[in-house]
Amino acid sequence: MAKYDFVIAVGGAPGQGIDTVGKSMSQICARHGLHVYTYSAYQSLIRGGHTFLTVRISSEPVANHGDKIDMIIAMDRNSIETHLQNVAPGGALIYNSDDVKAAPERDDIQLCPISYKELSNNTDRLKRMLNICMFGVALKMVGGDLQVLEDIISLTFGRKGQEVVDANVGVARAGYNHAAEHFTPFEMQFEKQEPKLAFVEGNAAMAMGGAAAGVKFYAAYPMSPSTGVLHWMAPNARDLGIIVRQCEDEISVINMVIGAAHAGCRAMCATSGGGFALMSEAIGSAGMMEIPIVVINVQRGGPSTGLPTKTEQGDLWQLLGASQGDFPKIIVSPTSIMDGFDTIPELFNLVDKFQCPGMVLSDLTLSMGFTTFDPDTINWQPEIDRGEFISGPVELDGEYLRYAITDSGISPRAIPGTPGHMHVVATDDHDEDGGLISDEFTNPHKRRDIMEKRQRKMEGIAELLPPPTFEGPEDAEVTLIGWGSTHGVISEAAQQLTEAGISTNHIHFKWLYPMDEDAINEVLAKSAYSIIVECNYTGQFARFLRSETGFKADSHIRKYDGEPFMPHHVADGARELLKSKTDLYVPYQEIVV
Amino acid sequence: MARRSRRERRERPIQGAPTAQDFKGDVNPDWCAGCGDFGVLNALQSAYAKLGRGNHDHLTVSGIGCSSNLPGYVKTYGMHTLHGRALAVATGAKFANHELNVVVTGGDGDGYGIGGNHFIHTMRKNIDLLYIVMNNETYGLTIGQASPTTIVGEETKSTPFGNLETPLNPVAMAIVAGATYVARAYSSDGTKLAELMYNGMQHKGFAFIDVISPCVTWKGGARVIFDYWKERIQYLEDHDTSDRAAALEQAVKTGHETQLGLFYHDTSRQSLNDMEPVLENGPIAHQPMGITQEQGDAIIQRMM
Repeated sequence: MAKYDFVIAVGGAPGQGIDTVGKSMSQICARHGLHVYTYSAYQSLIRGGHTFLTVRISSEPVANHGDKIDMIIAMDRNSIETHLQNVAPGGALIYNSDDVKAAPERDDIQLCPISYKELSNNTDRLKRMLNICMFGVALKMVGGDLQVLEDIISLTFGRKGQEVVDANVGVARAGYNHAAEHFTPFEMQFEKQEPKLAFVEGNAAMAMGGAAAGVKFYAAYPMSPSTGVLHWMAPNARDLGIIVRQCEDEISVINMVIGAAHAGCRAMCATSGGGFALMSEAIGSAGMMEIPIVVINVQRGGPSTGLPTKTEQGDLWQLLGASQGDFPKIIVSPTSIMDGFDTIPELFNLVDKFQCPGMVLSDLTLSMGFTTFDPDTINWQPEIDRGEFISGPVELDGEYLRYAITDSGISPRAIPGTPGHMHVVATDDHDEDGGLISDEFTNPHKRRDIMEKRQRKMEGIAELLPPPTFEGPEDAEVTLIGWGSTHGVISEAAQQLTEAGISTNHIHFKWLYPMDEDAINEVLAKSAYSIIVECNYTGQFARFLRSETGFKADSHIRKYDGEPFMPHHVADGARELLKSKTDLYVPYQEIVV
Repeated sequence: MARRSRRERRERPIQGAPTAQDFKGDVNPDWCAGCGDFGVLNALQSAYAKLGRGNHDHLTVSGIGCSSNLPGYVKTYGMHTLHGRALAVATGAKFANHELNVVVTGGDGDGYGIGGNHFIHTMRKNIDLLYIVMNNETYGLTIGQASPTTIVGEETKSTPFGNLETPLNPVAMAIVAGATYVARAYSSDGTKLAELMYNGMQHKGFAFIDVISPCVTWKGGARVIFDYWKERIQYLEDHDTSDRAAALEQAVKTGHETQLGLFYHDTSRQSLNDMEPVLENGPIAHQPMGITQEQGDAIIQRMM
């Protein structure tokens, strides 16, 4: 079968059930065995405003929301007016003719008007089920199985009673049948394939990764776009034996996590840039007390409160510079939704081994995107390695020194409750036994020894972090360099360029800090005309990479309008940069929400 | 800071019932001679001893300030955390291992100033902790500025023309915010203080003791400040500690005297830790980690 690649978008006002359609659409595709990537462009409003949800459906795995939109479901007049131009030629627009006086004008797409009043026999004046009815229309257009939709409706609305289920099934069928009679279905139709897939949100994937890693304590203060982690943890907490606490502020969150981690749990929290700023001081304290914790920062547009519902890769330097002084820390930026699942246990093993804070740099694109995955590929029981960890009664040879000076910089860590290992951990600098050296008017020799002990851990960490990935031909004309969530979109752009005759490869960074200069330069040495692609104004990663490795890219593609890259933004940018003498390309965002 | 030799600091296995001496820490306090905090430290060591558990069963958590150096001066597990954050850290530790006796110590600037938000919410949540505030009405370590409990009119380094701000009433605040064991004590009355601490450790919920712990350096000298308090302190009499309204009435009383003793004790409200079903199988710090394949499969089922 030819590759199926189809994009459906749903536009409307918040409160119109757009997420229900998105979720159900993804679920139906997953049950058909089709792969899905979903991105929701929304605004920071509970009601009012505009939401535009894009569902890309493919017979092969997809990692971004694509370049074009084949069919738009316009739930209100605003969506018709705003997005009529966004339908690709040959596509279709489904809209409610009750909403408009005159039909929208475009002769290169199929217009699919329905009268919801008629299809619902005027029984739903508040248009509560308009979304389901239009969904029925859309499903017929792409050849989806109506029975699967009916199953999903039962699943989604079952709790509200049979009457609600029947009403929804009724309008879905009406829409489906109306489309069968009046509209021309798309040539490429859904074809079921095996295996059936599951689908997950990025934040949920990281929360699941935490559960698999053995997180026993999770704390949070609600903040978009990180709240999804809390929303997964809270309902699953009791089943999985995890303590979940909502705190008075992010300062409390991180300090509780530090307390729980010190007492022996794997403990985690998630926030966004502003909340992370409040956590900064405590991150340094985890470094100083040598307590392993994991903090997820889901980036949104900054600075300040910024763009609460829009994406950016703008917090890299905040994480690099979080807290005063030098201390060992690890920064990792997952490269896909499912990589978010794997990253958490990987990071926990590292922070447990090296007893330091670990930071996950996600962003709205990754955290609030949905993807399908093959349930058989998920590893619920990753390796758990707690490093040099003392929790039970052990024979003690002499005195226990919490911060014993060792070659690796790692000192065995005893948790409170362990007989015979009493010690104090302090945010003031301290000697091997935990006694403060700050109050001795600073003993310079002890300070030097303990500082070097802590920082030696960085060498061990750098050795263990995998270098960036290298994909594509070695002898390419262009090298695209990215980090974190943009892996999928850059990968597809590289493929587009290569297919168009501009041979392109792709270097991608997941582990950001510490950097092993030699190992990274070995990969960077393979690059051709190099373009660093990132979602911020100042080229935060480009500057960081240059400071760590001396590598200076030839040019840059940067986006800071709040919307994520589409593959053609990157591919067009590469073409433009090759042609022009400039070293910066900023793509134009066509779809405006 | 005088430290004892390594030999002296070796683990001393406790023979028979522990004594206050068994809870003497590895380092000697660096407090000014005559500081009220010595009385608090001695009382805490006695209360730990009276509880009868091993040194390793206790966790002493503090923030930053003169009094927050205390964890180094007791022989228990200790955390000397950031300024104002001790209650949050202690809450996390208590949830991780609720079998630990977790005691939080600190000062008025640490707890009522920079840590004020945590103070309110830890009480509201009724976390099973004992919180001892050594209230000296000044920022001692930063050499004598006004604190949230400095009285109106007092001249300090930051209020050279006299303090204009009304001081906080921590006892009244604790009763209103939801603490279930609320007391005020005086650092020079070690017997009463140790008894209040011991009972506070035994209390299942958030126990709070505001201890008047005079500063001998920034309050006009030892004689002046101890004389000042000596004639003002007065123990509560004929007071029903189970009556929240009566407790509040005593707490907000104004006048020359300062009331001491147990203001409020609510044994009916469960602590948050006791209400948490996840803790029923024992401390989460000791539970098997990760999830089973069956649990994972059930999660996947809900995602299909």
